[in-house]
Amino acid sequence: MTDFNLTEAPKIVEPTIYELSSPGRTGVTYPDPDVPRAKLPDELLRKELPLPELSEVDVIRHFVKLSTFNYSVDSGFYPLGSCTMKYNPKINEDTARLPGFANLHPLQPIETTQGALMLMYQLQEWLKEISGFDAITLQPAAGAHGEFVGVLVMRAYHRDRNDNKRTKMLIPDSAHGTNPATSAMSGLKVVQIPSDERGNVDLEALRAEADDTLVGMMLTNPNTLGLFDENVEEVCRIVHEAGGLMYGDGANMNALLGIAKMADLGFDVMHYNLHKTFSTPHGGGGPGSGPVVVTAELAQFLPAPIVAVVEEEADGLPPLYGLVDPSKTVGRVKAFNGHFGMFVRAFTYIAMHGPDGLRDISEYAVLNANYLLTRLRDAYHVPYDRICMHEFVAEGRWKDAPDIHALDVAKRLMDYGFHPPTNYFPLIVHEALMIEPTETENKGTLDAFVDAMLKIADEAHTSPNLLHEAPTKTPFGRLDEVKAAKELILCCWLPEDYGNQ
Amino acid sequence: MTYIPHSPKERDEMLATIGVESLEDLFKAIPAVHRYPDLDLPPALTEMEAAAELSEIALANETTNDLVSFLGAGVYNHYIPAAINHLLLRGEFYTAYTPYQPEISQGTLQAIFEYQSLIANLTGMDVANASHYDGATAVAEAVNMAMSQFRNKRTRIVMSAGVHPQYRATTDTYTQFSDMEIVGAEAGPSSTPDALAELINENTALVVVQYPDFFGRIFDYTKLGETAHEAGALFCVVANPTALGMLKTPGEMGADMVVGEGQPLGIAMSYGGPYLGFFTTREKYVRKMAGRLVGESVDSRGQRAFVLTLTPREQHIKRERATSNICSNQGLLALAAGIYMSLLGQTGMRQVAELCYHKAHYAAERIASIPGFELCHDEPFFHEFAVCCPGSVEEINAHLLEHGFLGGYDLGQDYPELENHMLVAVTEKTSKEEIDALVEILSEVSHD
Repeated sequence: MTDFNLTEAPKIVEPTIYELSSPGRTGVTYPDPDVPRAKLPDELLRKELPLPELSEVDVIRHFVKLSTFNYSVDSGFYPLGSCTMKYNPKINEDTARLPGFANLHPLQPIETTQGALMLMYQLQEWLKEISGFDAITLQPAAGAHGEFVGVLVMRAYHRDRNDNKRTKMLIPDSAHGTNPATSAMSGLKVVQIPSDERGNVDLEALRAEADDTLVGMMLTNPNTLGLFDENVEEVCRIVHEAGGLMYGDGANMNALLGIAKMADLGFDVMHYNLHKTFSTPHGGGGPGSGPVVVTAELAQFLPAPIVAVVEEEADGLPPLYGLVDPSKTVGRVKAFNGHFGMFVRAFTYIAMHGPDGLRDISEYAVLNANYLLTRLRDAYHVPYDRICMHEFVAEGRWKDAPDIHALDVAKRLMDYGFHPPTNYFPLIVHEALMIEPTETENKGTLDAFVDAMLKIADEAHTSPNLLHEAPTKTPFGRLDEVKAAKELILCCWLPEDYGNQ
Repeated sequence: MTYIPHSPKERDEMLATIGVESLEDLFKAIPAVHRYPDLDLPPALTEMEAAAELSEIALANETTNDLVSFLGAGVYNHYIPAAINHLLLRGEFYTAYTPYQPEISQGTLQAIFEYQSLIANLTGMDVANASHYDGATAVAEAVNMAMSQFRNKRTRIVMSAGVHPQYRATTDTYTQFSDMEIVGAEAGPSSTPDALAELINENTALVVVQYPDFFGRIFDYTKLGETAHEAGALFCVVANPTALGMLKTPGEMGADMVVGEGQPLGIAMSYGGPYLGFFTTREKYVRKMAGRLVGESVDSRGQRAFVLTLTPREQHIKRERATSNICSNQGLLALAAGIYMSLLGQTGMRQVAELCYHKAHYAAERIASIPGFELCHDEPFFHEFAVCCPGSVEEINAHLLEHGFLGGYDLGQDYPELENHMLVAVTEKTSKEEIDALVEILSEVSHD
């Protein structure tokens, strides 16, 4: 346990914008009204507006200073498993900000937005082709939102057949937490299916639960151990024979571009994460984008609206694109047209890769992961050790170093200049370190990371305090999370005497 | 292989280290029959070609730069100060992930803490979370939170017809497999808070209104909030953040939750997203609120620092017992909104609100003076108002478009009783000349 000095007032490294505020300052000025002033509704006005006051240069320096406290893909290697922290190409930021896209109101008449609609239509077609599915919605705002849409579509399918006894969703024990949360949020009963000793879905356990109350199964493939389920077709067959549908969590699609189509394997629904697979930036926690692809049988249930050709190409005129509602749609899942800015980035990325480039992405992502796995497996125990896909899971613990945990390894990596892997996930591995290098890292970076990991494994045995006290070379040390949860300071204000300053 | 850095020699060394012959050998776990499918996609473009192609596609759109816009309905064409984009383009912000490692994420964490503070202060509430996807899903999450508060024992939601139609549609989608009954739309689009109060009963979990409402009207909801509380229900206000630069806060009116669309706070319209769903509540409900939260703490060196807190509420810990599956926030958009409010401050936020108000009132007065056109409502309004037109809005808008104007939103699309009604939006960017020109073209319509 880290000791925290709670008796002295904490040292302020960078004041908040509230602490930087000075009465009378502003960072933007606006012209006086060019129309007569209307009477204000006195009884409906607020008495005070306690927001900070700063000049533009104050604001710039404050946020630039804050930015220097962040680790990012632009600053270094970020092998955060299941998050696909690949390089985010700069051109994508430029294309998404083209005035022809950025200044478009979502409710404009379609005749004025044909460029945007054509781009969305084309992206729909490409994402269908890459996964082998027949229909798509671009609406979902993130992966978890896509899961929710997928589960709604599955339920709508059963409801449409008047099969109302189906209330059970099967989820492997290795699944992301969003899978059970999504199912529960949709009112379903979640049944967990164990993994077998090779990290595949346990077929016996699956057969035992595959009955006529099944909505379906949510399966990530490759799974969160970074392993391709060797029985995936059999898993799909068992679920289908019970009348259920197979949901594919597309979190790990970076392993499968041009390698396999999820629809060919037997899946009925899948969500993409454009922010993982197709390089749209993670933005410090969002925005994401989670398009959902489905088989022809499920197309009519997709959320509204989707982009379609509403008037075919004729007489030398291009086709007219528009927004349409599927016939038995589950409804609208957010306002307007999805995360359009992310579509422009993903479109740019796919256009610049083509079919061969997409396959290269997955081949090299898998090459990089297996290279790290090979070089680390002697120093770190890998519980399910076989050829991995784009990531693998090692353990951050040793029998002969009992005080060391995965968290300590993670924190020590920061001292060596790396972002740590995901730790403590998946839950079926003790002290998990989930490592996903992505295809955009060169051999030199991977070798430097291996060197640091091997050094840390050595330090764990020879000087464990280096790990317990880490990180020491970062701008901040370990956080007192107990204090944060106990005191719950979630907001700051201007000082009480602010107006008198 | 634009972004893949391996030389053939390095690739071969790595394959040898792994102990396989070729890249193909890494994929033997995949059923051979499905391995390496053909992808029918166009061949790769270079960056130069892609830049040209995307520019061409963008030029096929007519934007609010090319047209004079009076379109709002939940998305507003406000001025975005230049500093915002320059800060958003710092890779340290936009290429970072969720700040799960606080030692190397204090930039994101402090920025979110400041965003939470700004939103809480703007809405007059105790606490804001790190954000939801957009205004619509924030409303759906408010419903979700109310359902969880009453453990699904109360099954009625009273939602005003003045809540954005797409937000109501989204809520319907979210609740379709639950026992929730959503009432309020039948009171009709012109209904007042008093009509809504009559629908509140002992089975009501939540009352939802919009402020200003979808038609731009401003009501003081204090009494409605009291009625909701007397019935033991929660009270949620969907607010426009620009309007809060001058208007009484929903916090003062007794709201338990204030949610809404943060797009007006310095976020590009970008054909519908990504935007920002803000979500605030009272301190006593903070543990029921979904979504990420940043709290203040200290680090091992005695420095003030920030960290994600109350995470046991969230899906990655609680799994099937979590009330929401959300596992992201609109991080970069929350940053944009935080920068926007920091730049404008008290003075700028008030100025923008008042400019919108004065210009909208000028526009309303001028339009109402055209024969055949009249304002639908006589309540106070903010920067948007409903106009009853002498003919079809679709035809009027087609005529306006020919003159380079984007007309207002056709209310008949969502409210059958409001056929021939147009919702006109005005912002600080709209000039008197543009309003006068609109009035001139509308006058031609009225003479047709």
